Amino acid sequence: MSDTQTNSSVAFVQTEQIPASPPPASEVGIINWLRSNLFYSIPSSVMTLLAIAFIYWLSSIILPWVFNGVWDASSIRDCRDQLQGATGGCFAVISERWPQLIFGNYPADEYWRAVLALIGLFVALAPVLFFNLPRKMLWFTGLFPFIAYWLIWGGSLWVSIFALVGVVAGFFVFRALSERSFFGAIVAGLFATLLFWIFLTPTLANALSAVIPLTLVSVESRFIGGFMINFILGTSGIALSLPLGIALALGRQSNLPIIKGICVVFIEFIRGVPLITLLFVASVMLAYFLPPGTTFDLVLRVIIMVTLFAAAYIAEAIRGGLAALSRGQYEAADSLGLDYWQSMRLIILPQALKISIPSIVNIAIGLFKDTTLVSIISMFDVLGMIQGPILSSTEWFGVYWELLAFAGLLFFVFCYGISQYSQWLERQLNTGHR
Amino acid sequence: MTTFSDPPPTSGPPTQAFSIGMLINDTRYRGYTFQFIALCALIFFFGWMIWNAIQNLAALGQDIDFSFLGQPASYEIDQKLIPYTSTDTHMRAAFVGLLNTLLVAFLGCITATIFGVVAGVLRLSNNWLIAKIMSLYVEIFRNIPVLIWIVIVSSVMSQALPSPRDFRGETPEATMAFWDSVAFTNRGVYVPAPVWNNGSWVVVAVFILSIIGIFALRSYAKKLLFETGRLIPTGWPSVALFFIPSILAYYIMGKPIGLDYPSLGGFNFVGGMNLRGTLIALWFALALYTGAFIAENVRAGILAVSKGQTEAAAALGLRPNRIMSLIILPQALRVIIPPLISQYLNLTKNSSLAAAIGYMDLTGTLGGVTLNQTGRSFECVLLLMLFYLIISLSISAIMNVYNNAVKLKER
Repeated sequence: MSDTQTNSSVAFVQTEQIPASPPPASEVGIINWLRSNLFYSIPSSVMTLLAIAFIYWLSSIILPWVFNGVWDASSIRDCRDQLQGATGGCFAVISERWPQLIFGNYPADEYWRAVLALIGLFVALAPVLFFNLPRKMLWFTGLFPFIAYWLIWGGSLWVSIFALVGVVAGFFVFRALSERSFFGAIVAGLFATLLFWIFLTPTLANALSAVIPLTLVSVESRFIGGFMINFILGTSGIALSLPLGIALALGRQSNLPIIKGICVVFIEFIRGVPLITLLFVASVMLAYFLPPGTTFDLVLRVIIMVTLFAAAYIAEAIRGGLAALSRGQYEAADSLGLDYWQSMRLIILPQALKISIPSIVNIAIGLFKDTTLVSIISMFDVLGMIQGPILSSTEWFGVYWELLAFAGLLFFVFCYGISQYSQWLERQLNTGHR
Repeated sequence: MTTFSDPPPTSGPPTQAFSIGMLINDTRYRGYTFQFIALCALIFFFGWMIWNAIQNLAALGQDIDFSFLGQPASYEIDQKLIPYTSTDTHMRAAFVGLLNTLLVAFLGCITATIFGVVAGVLRLSNNWLIAKIMSLYVEIFRNIPVLIWIVIVSSVMSQALPSPRDFRGETPEATMAFWDSVAFTNRGVYVPAPVWNNGSWVVVAVFILSIIGIFALRSYAKKLLFETGRLIPTGWPSVALFFIPSILAYYIMGKPIGLDYPSLGGFNFVGGMNLRGTLIALWFALALYTGAFIAENVRAGILAVSKGQTEAAAALGLRPNRIMSLIILPQALRVIIPPLISQYLNLTKNSSLAAAIGYMDLTGTLGGVTLNQTGRSFECVLLLMLFYLIISLSISAIMNVYNNAVKLKER
């Protein structure tokens, strides 16, 4: 063997290796890709051709409509004059009416406040959504609801400040009692906050704003509309329903029959009726159940109903997470001598919540989409704005597709973004054991 | 021997005299205290709300009274499954609405299942283009609110379709589809209506009997296979059994069943059956929207069946379509059914959005016109919730029975 290798004088022996020849043209590059992904069998080829025909048909409708679109016109007649019979969208309605679609009838001079609240929302959400940001940012998250309320509704800053003071007071009550009983401390803290809000906040705020008026122009709820109201309802609904949902889920898993019964009836009732009937309750019925003479803001009533609605669904999602935990986790917590609240807080809930994150995010997306339903009870959210003031105006009568496409696009961007975030978070939290 | 100075009198937990403090400090009794407090709080809360309601209603001079349901409704409903005129009572109007809700929910569930299964299976297809189109469909429909879809489809029905007027003339702007049998107009879709002449019941009976025959044949074939191992063909006999007896009966009885085609008459189409635009809009918007969610469930269900199952079946010598029908689908179905039930429930509840486009379902009649006409918001909303609760609970009860039937029988 070694003899033939060293002896290069033999004529028929190749001395150097033949360079690898390129693969056949049908096995590389685009042709191979087409063959293995689109035309690998006769049914597949037929389907591909049908799909191409469908795409061609769809784009022959949509592309001219988008690219021929008129972005600068004063009315739909103006649009039609500019198009002169050609196919094209009248996107001028969006470039002219976008403030109405986004902010509703919010006073134009105060748009900066809404924009500032939106930026604040992103800053406040960032440490909640991304765990590697500095934890100190959570302080801003805690302050944000009060700032946002002041920015959006205006009025005196003192109302927000004393509402915050009430929460702080409640927290101190909780701290003082939490050694004795965790649950009792929570209830006492909530009570303290509520009492502070009802009895002290209005008087103190009035007194101090008479001395130092830190006021913004007050904006009534009926002026708040457009995509902004979808955002307000969605974020506050989901934020408030999380604690309630956790409480309901724990109640449903509890072995106290009356507590369990109350939670089951509540959850099944809410899940059994459509959201629109709950919104009817908010708009026409809730006033009956309050003491005579109480007037209640419609936005607040809707937030209450949306919160109750989302809480029932979140409770079911968390119940799924609780059920997915192995029995051993509960037993291990018991054997360590932890009481019910300690074991829930330290052992069970952190794991159960992690498991239920995907379904909670789905519920959040669903809730955000469902905020469009308020247009049926005549609130002017983005859809209500389109169907109400804009489509019934003389300039833009009949511009359906452009407006609906715009609203759809707004929702798509946010909902798709949230679902992508949820998938990213699942990968982050996947610590390998479940 | 060791002597106990104070031996326990009996075995078991130490008995202790009950004291009041144990209601709070003893975990065995604390639960009762909490429950008692919760119950008191609940009763107090409801009592407070009811007391407020009584006060408010008294101040407004109203009372809770359901007698308005017996008064004439005096409004028209264009889409109805049972006879109804504006002189009928509010109760009957609500019932018409209930049937309309059930109609759109039933049609929607079937169509959504078809869309969902097709999209879910095709999304796993090896064909790149088809898989991408299907995931585009799923993402677009899942991420845009159903109400926007309902309004969009309803705008297509009322704005983009031609009016009956456009079908007239020598060179009409619009023509009827499917060999002049279906007309898509902005006043609804006109489809041929079946006409039942004398003797048609024989054809229907024969058809039903042949369906029963197909099932009997299949179960006999299965029994034969399990008992003797002999496999008799069921495919083409089923097809033959489906068509031949009915067609024979149809011709023997002298073609008793006909079709009444819609045709232009006056300013509108006459004859045939008019499916209202609002019904079609709601039906298809709900089906497309829910179908996108079902597609995800179907995909997850198929992916949940481990690849080993396919390989094991192939090793046993099963052909691909039998692998799918005997091995994969029965297992995937167990994963798919529970979320499918909740999608059906969602669709039924979302059908209440009919209010936005004027389809007269339960929300449109009882929660819409009746509420506004009588001003009885209290009673109407309560009844509305009750109806939807009954529908939801019945659907989940029926589907749970089915779920228990296909569920994995564990040891």
